This record gives sequence, structure tokens and C-alpha cells, in this order.
Amino acid sequence: MTSPPRAVVRSRGPWELAFARLRHDRTAIAAAATLTAVVVAAAVAPLIAAAVGHGPAQQYLDVGLSPTGIPLAPNSMFLLGTDSLGRDILVRIAYGTRVSLLVGVLASALAVLIGTIVGIVAGWYGGLVDRVLSRMMDVFLALPFLVFALALVAVVGPSLAISVTVIAVFCWASVGRIVRAETLSIREREYVQAARTIGASPARIMFVEILPNVAPTVIVYTTLLVPGAIVSEATLSFLGLSVVPPTPSWGNMLADAMAYYKVAWWFVFFPGAALLITTVAFNLLGDSVRDALDPRRDQVAPAIGEEAP
Amino acid sequence: MIRYLLGRLAWTMLVIWIVATSVFVIYFAVPHDVARLIAGRQASAETVQLVRARLGLDQPAHIQYAQFLGRLVRGDLGYSFNTQESVNTIIARDFPVTVSLALGSGILWLVLGVGAGVLAATKRRSATDRIITAVALGFYSMPTFLVGQLLLFFLFFRLYMAGFEFFPPGSYVAFGDNPLQWARFLALPWLSVALVTAATYSRLTRGAMLDVMDEDYIRTARAKGLTESRITYRHVLRSSLTPVVSQFGIDMGSLLGGAIVTEVVFGLPGLGREVVQAITTQDLPIIMGITILSTVLVVAANLVVDVAYGLLDPRVRLE
Repeated sequence: MTSPPRAVVRSRGPWELAFARLRHDRTAIAAAATLTAVVVAAAVAPLIAAAVGHGPAQQYLDVGLSPTGIPLAPNSMFLLGTDSLGRDILVRIAYGTRVSLLVGVLASALAVLIGTIVGIVAGWYGGLVDRVLSRMMDVFLALPFLVFALALVAVVGPSLAISVTVIAVFCWASVGRIVRAETLSIREREYVQAARTIGASPARIMFVEILPNVAPTVIVYTTLLVPGAIVSEATLSFLGLSVVPPTPSWGNMLADAMAYYKVAWWFVFFPGAALLITTVAFNLLGDSVRDALDPRRDQVAPAIGEEAP
Repeated sequence: MIRYLLGRLAWTMLVIWIVATSVFVIYFAVPHDVARLIAGRQASAETVQLVRARLGLDQPAHIQYAQFLGRLVRGDLGYSFNTQESVNTIIARDFPVTVSLALGSGILWLVLGVGAGVLAATKRRSATDRIITAVALGFYSMPTFLVGQLLLFFLFFRLYMAGFEFFPPGSYVAFGDNPLQWARFLALPWLSVALVTAATYSRLTRGAMLDVMDEDYIRTARAKGLTESRITYRHVLRSSLTPVVSQFGIDMGSLLGGAIVTEVVFGLPGLGREVVQAITTQDLPIIMGITILSTVLVVAANLVVDVAYGLLDPRVRLE
């Protein structure tokens, strides 16, 4: 009996494999590049403002509006045109990017943080803890988001922090549900049983054994949560319930544009395009990450390199 | 089954109580003076005090809370701070508008979404599939108000400039008065809700169908020599519709509570626009009434979906 020749294969962890797949996915590259550009635009917004010499809230009522008070179409002075108060749309979009990204990412991160902790705790402890937490998640899923958000914001007053909180409060439960379901199945795996046998504390099992294994699901979900949060922020802004004017956000720009869509297409088009490009890029990236992390794609060649030195 | 329904009913009551109480607490936890707002900036302290007494706002919060719950149990949502109109009357007046919007767009998005999903799944990896997936992604990534604005621009304004006034915004005619005008004024709102929502449905249908197509019984059906269309519609689509049904129930429930953005964009006098107006005037009874109603509708929709599951799929046992 001869032993089979041992293939010398470098061990590659699941993360490395996923990253390798992503690097060959043209859609993912394009989406990531777009998002990088969006982040850069947000970061250099003051530079853009300095370069064209217009502040984000500066009103050019004389040179920025036509003699009849209509916004100006894109021209050499205002590259993307002006809005109803003669403000530079390009500069305002750049500043609006900061609001959208900030709210989108913060709200998603907060929702994922709460959802993951609640989901793991509910899934791990089971029993009464699970019942109470699951019911709580059901309540949050049953709340009519926008109506409730409106009622809350109306009383507390609109602000960036409130937008983040409101969006997170209405998103965490769906994360919690998914994480709970994952935890339920991971709980029965051998390595978790083993950790339990050697006397690991519940906290250690939950956050050292289980957390890394729900991480792929959570990451995919987060990527897909961000565009949703950006859309929610834009909607709140549109209804006048997020950042307070004159701070520009894509949503409040589009709200201002509502009255001018007949005479100033650029007023709707550019903020709308900025929003759409960002959310589409996030959604595409999310889909690609999900495909890259999908364990079903691993079944073709299971664990070849795992035992190799 | 009866026990299950009673349990769910109790649960529904609990959710409504939690929602009603949270709205109440939020409102009273934050110091602001509704009476002064209604009486006006110039009003004397006595006038403000009178207004406060008339609205019952001079009572301690727990008394107001008890009165509010007592009325709620009897189905009385109170009276508007500003117009003294009964909230029940206001809701009864606005609800048909919202129902018209929700039902019409619901039918439209089911047809568009499921249709596109089936097409994409059966022609997997074809140009059709790619186009549908791309278009769906676009609408999926867009806020409803942006779709509404685009529709207004292209289907109202451009047509209007070209001499056709097909879909004017800002009006509503009851179905009973003139069905044709009713549909005409609702066409763009229907379409904007439907396009955004259909995107989700086409993704959902496509995904579910692709999953089912890999199942053994589909291979069996094919081996038996069934035609492709019979396999697609009788076998694959049928079992793929479960997630669609559940999503539909939930979407319909939340839409019936007020399609806030769409109603605002198109100026439809429904529940959503009412609540936005009530918020600008701090009219708590209206905000409360509509919030509670939409919660009831969402929870009821969930219940209907769960019961429908049990009826549609014998494997699901309600307990």
C-alpha cells in the first residue's frame, strides 16, 4: 500500500478565497471603484468648493439665477447648474455625499451591532431569553417605519443623529432575525460543543466561536443594508425630517427640486444620479460579496488545502 | 387553530398597545407647547391656558394616558387639536384614497414583478435576464420619491409640453364618482409605487424559481416528459410563490397605512399626506390615530399571511 502523493497546496482561508473571487469579479471591481470615488468626493468636498470658489450654502442670487429668477443650467461657472436659490449644485452634491455616506454607514453599523448581539444571545441561550428577544424583534418588524419615524422626528426635531437612530432602530431586528437563525444551527456544531465541554464561558463561545462564523452573513447583510439606509435618509430628508437646511443632502436637494422639475432638469437629475449611482454600486457590491462568500460555491473542491503544511 | 388565532390576537393587541404607548411617551417626554402653537405666538397666557384646558392638556400625563387608552378601547381615536374634527372621520375620508393607491399598485407590481421574475428565471443568463436584472436593480436602488419625480417629468410634463395632458398630478376623484378619472389621476402614483416594489418581487421570484429548479422533483417532472411551460408554471412557479405571498401581505399592510412619499409627491389626499400635515401642525391625535391604524394593518397583514401559509402549504402547521 502506497500512500497517495501529498499535494503541496498552500492553505487558503475562506476570507482569502472570497477575496480572490472578488478580485476576478469585474462587477465587484467596478462597484468598489465607484464607491471609492464617492468616498473621495465626500472627503474632498471642501477642496471642490475651494476649486470652484462656491460654498455649499452660498446663494448667488445675482449671477446664479436667470433674470427671471430661474435656476441656471450647467455652464462654465456652475458646472452642474444652480438650484432655486442660486447655489452651486456640484458643491452641494459633494457635501450631500458626506451626509448620505455618514448616515448610511453609521445607521447600518449600529443596526448590525445591535442585531448581531441580540441575535447571538437569543440563538445561544434559547428558551425564555430567545422567546422574549424574538418577540421584541417581531414588534420592531411590525412597526410602520416611516409613519413612526415621522412621528418621532416631528417631536424630537430633525437632526443627523436622529436620522441615524431612527434608521438603525428600524433595521436591527431584521439583522437580529438572520443572526439568530444562523446561531441556532452553529450552536449544534462540534466545535461549539467542544468549546462547551472544555468549559468555555458563554461569552467566549458566543463571541469567539459563534461570531466569526456568522460574520460572512453579517457582512453581506451590512453591504446590502447601507444602500437601504441611504435611501431611507434621502426619504427623511425629502420630507424635511433629516439634516436641517441649509446643510445640503441629496434628499433635501431633491425636495427643493420638486417645484422646479419643469424648468430645471439638472436640479433633479444630478442629485438623483448621485444617489442612484451610490446605491446601485452598494447593491452590486453586496451581491458580489454574497456570491464570493456563498459556501455552496465551495462544495466543488472541499477542503483540499486544509491539511497541507 | 382557534387557540392559535386567539394567541395571535392577544399578541396583536399587545403590539398595538406598545406602539400607542410609545407614541404617547415620545410626545410627552419632550417639552413643547402645543397649546401655544395653536393659540398663536401673540396669544396671552390666559388664552393659551384656555386652549390647553380645551384640549385636555392641562391634565397630568397619566390621566391623559388613561383617557386616551379608554377611548382607544372603544375605537374612538379622539379629535384633532386644530380642527376639532373627529380623527375617525378624517381617517374614514382619507382611507379610500390610500386603499385605491395600494390596491391598484399592488396588482400592477405583482404582474410586473412576478412576470419579470419568471421571464428572467426561465431565460437564465440570457440577454433578457441581464436586462431585467439590471432594470430591477436600478428601481430597487431608487427611493420612491425619485421614481415619482421622474414619472412626473416624463409622463406628465413632457407629454404636457407635447400637447397631451394624460396624467395630471395633484387631483383625486373617487371611484364612485368617475372610475375613468379615478384611474387617470392614480395612474402615475400606481406606477411609481409599482416600479419600486416590482423590483423586489422580480428579484424574489427569480431567486426562488432558480432554487426550485434545482430540486429533484423538477428533474423528475422533466424526465416524465412534461412540457417546459407546464413545468415552469405548474411546478416551479407554484412552489416559488410562497415568499412572494408573504412579501405581498407585508407590503400591502404597510402601504395601506399610508403611502407617505407617493401621496406627498403626487398630492393625493390620503392617510400618508394627512400624517405629514399633522406632523407640521403637531396635531397629536391625528398622528396617533394614523400610526395606530398602520400598525394594526401591518400586524393584521402578518396574521393573514401566516394563516394563508397554513392553508396553502400543508407542511406548515400552525401552533
